[in-house]
Amino acid sequence: MTLTKKPESRPAPASWGLAAGEHPWEYAPAPEATDHIRIEPEYGLFIGNEFRPSKPRKTFTVINPATEEPLARVAHASKADVNRAVGAAHEAHRTVWSKLPGRERAKYLYRIARIMQERSREFAVVESMNSGKPIKESRDVDVPLAAAHFFYYAGWADKLEYAFPNRDPRSLGVAAQVIPWNFPLLMLAWKIAPALAAGNTVVLKPASTTPLTAYLFADVVRQADLPPGVVNIITGPGEIGMELVTHPDVSKVAFTGSTAVGKMIARAVAGSGKKVTLELGGKAANIVFDDAPLDQAIEGIVNGIYFNQGEVCCAGSRLFVQESVYEPLLDKLKARLGTLRVGDPLDKNTDVGAINSAGQLAKVQELVESGIEEGAEIFQPDCELPTRGFFFRPTLFTGVSQSHRIAQEEIFGPVLSVLTFRTPEEAIEKANNTPYGLSAGVWTEKGSRIFKMVNAMRAGVVWANTFNRFDPTSPFGGYKESGYGREGGIHGLGAYLDLSGNGTNGR
Amino acid sequence: MSPRTKTAARSTKGASVLDQRAAQPLATTNGARSQGDRIGVRKTYKLYIGGAFPRTESGRAYEVFGAKGELLANASRGTRKDIREAVRAARKAQSGWGAKTAYNRAQILYRIAELMEGRRDQFVAEVMAAEGLSRARATRAVDAAIDRWVWYAGWADKYPQLIGTVNPVAGSYFNFSVPEPTGVVGVIAPEESSLLGLVSRVAPVIVSGNAAVVIASESRPLPAVTLTEVLATSDVPGGVVNLVTGLRRELVGHLAGHMDVNALDAFGASADEAATLEEVAVENVKRFVRPPSAGLARYDWMADAAQSPYLIGEYVEIKTVWHPIGA
Repeated sequence: MTLTKKPESRPAPASWGLAAGEHPWEYAPAPEATDHIRIEPEYGLFIGNEFRPSKPRKTFTVINPATEEPLARVAHASKADVNRAVGAAHEAHRTVWSKLPGRERAKYLYRIARIMQERSREFAVVESMNSGKPIKESRDVDVPLAAAHFFYYAGWADKLEYAFPNRDPRSLGVAAQVIPWNFPLLMLAWKIAPALAAGNTVVLKPASTTPLTAYLFADVVRQADLPPGVVNIITGPGEIGMELVTHPDVSKVAFTGSTAVGKMIARAVAGSGKKVTLELGGKAANIVFDDAPLDQAIEGIVNGIYFNQGEVCCAGSRLFVQESVYEPLLDKLKARLGTLRVGDPLDKNTDVGAINSAGQLAKVQELVESGIEEGAEIFQPDCELPTRGFFFRPTLFTGVSQSHRIAQEEIFGPVLSVLTFRTPEEAIEKANNTPYGLSAGVWTEKGSRIFKMVNAMRAGVVWANTFNRFDPTSPFGGYKESGYGREGGIHGLGAYLDLSGNGTNGR
Repeated sequence: MSPRTKTAARSTKGASVLDQRAAQPLATTNGARSQGDRIGVRKTYKLYIGGAFPRTESGRAYEVFGAKGELLANASRGTRKDIREAVRAARKAQSGWGAKTAYNRAQILYRIAELMEGRRDQFVAEVMAAEGLSRARATRAVDAAIDRWVWYAGWADKYPQLIGTVNPVAGSYFNFSVPEPTGVVGVIAPEESSLLGLVSRVAPVIVSGNAAVVIASESRPLPAVTLTEVLATSDVPGGVVNLVTGLRRELVGHLAGHMDVNALDAFGASADEAATLEEVAVENVKRFVRPPSAGLARYDWMADAAQSPYLIGEYVEIKTVWHPIGA
């Protein structure tokens, strides 16, 4: 922590009868057991249903961001490995997967969903150890949603003609999928489930800091007896991802990550004819009107920006509060921040876990510094942080103006910028004043106002009186520089099919 | 309509199909004048931006020749600045157009068909001159273009029911996804099919509420300019369709790279052109529609496959809305 200003301490109200310095919410530690978890010392690349070392043999270390302790070494793929993985996927598509009737593909996907449910605790614990996210989130959100995605798309595999009537839906071939570190398993499921349902085979590259649940998933693939080569998983740095997406035998590219990298990928594959979907950055507006139920809104704001340490592309990182409720809302919000428990991701009471990496923590710190330097006022609860690991206090800034970097740039951390507005028109104007357009939130009791705001938001997902909800049936994706294409629902299925049979170019 | 009667009357040996035209491009008045014939009034082919017909800011023109090599007219040689003006006009017009009811947009698209029908002979003559088609084939192309507006008009209040969904989420939420116009869409009109190709690409862009900036066919721009005269009188608000004529190599890159254009239809571009444009379009993550993989040369604009509600879907964004269910 290199903040130039000391975190503000907020004493509990006198009516609570606490002694000076006593924390209002004391919890005994409640750590999730890890003794049933087996993490291999080393993971090879998963190609053709086998773990193989990279060629040349090279590994890198994956750590637990909450302890900075090493968890495992994983293979560092080379260009030759990319060729092997794509080759395996290409062969599997040609000889097996594209010929398999949809109803049989479906059963494989159902198997995967079931095995993930059976092994859910194992997935949740490894996910929290590797990513730093609180166990209650990986257990209650990431893992069940990932299994649900497979279950949902399993059912589409033999119904493609009903999904796209008169469009002669066909699989594309090999899908190259590059995913981020914030929802390692969930993003894997968002990518692999629709790809397989549509009849494609995949080569997936997880983020280099969070490959462990992907390799655990590889074991699920083996348990489900998927034909070799249908799912391949390789690990390595960004350059390997670039080799993968530009490979000539890849027909579909799906990327989730930063807008900058998304643009690099889109440029690299321009003119190749590959079908592309991009799910990129965001800077969502969360708009609270004066008639909103404030206590609910507080929970929505907290869930919007502190869920997964704010490392969420659709995080509600810009809070717009109608001026007439600004003060009561801020008081409640600051008090609520004081009750957030920051610490061990494996503790069941933890609300905010570890930032995923030292590099990401440095980026968050740098942007927070910029907020202070540009004149915004910082508030952080006076909570204790673990001495090791990459932790950051839940933070909010008031006095933020539209031009501040913290109001413009995606921070991808637990940092909220609070701005105000007077009229709905002003809120619309300010909320849309960003190159991003992934998500937005609206809080008001007035139904007609909800729909006015919903219509006006240039964003792909709008949550009204809720925030950060996800479901396999519900399309997710951005407007403008937040990307194109949708994941989830029938729209997400279409993104993995050649639909050029009737008039469109089938992007 | 006296001009048409006049031109028809002075049809002489060796006169081209242009003599049948209601409008008066250069070529119609280049031939020998019959005795007692009046001097024809030629049309200046200008740009169409924000509902007005400005000349290009370059003050320059280029010669447009017919299929037989005869000079048809001078067309405006538009510039980067004209593209910018067109994008500005489109952005200004888009929100109002997108906010109109689907029923209203349907009627306006249908109105375009009505007015084209009234100028059918003029369009036939212009397409014959531009594309070197027989009268019968040009007539079929014009009729198909008119019918295409009628077809898309009908989709305005139907395509959302085809593309939108209600999503049965596993929780107590009402969840639905609706299409919305992407915003400002650049269209690179096909080079060969001067009218039908153009209409086939522009109609699905604007029917959902987008505004378009169109770069006309370079070698065959005149039917496109005449189409803008129809648009100007069809209750299509100014700025919803903007047309820039000129040399494509001077224009397409600026449209593809413009930061306030949300999508680019490069269906009408050549494969080489499209690869470069796709890369340029990445700058602001434009939605990009590529040329057909088999190339445009043998693309059949008359076919049913050249029109599709899913084409409308290329220029919309899917917005998903969540709302809790509770008392």
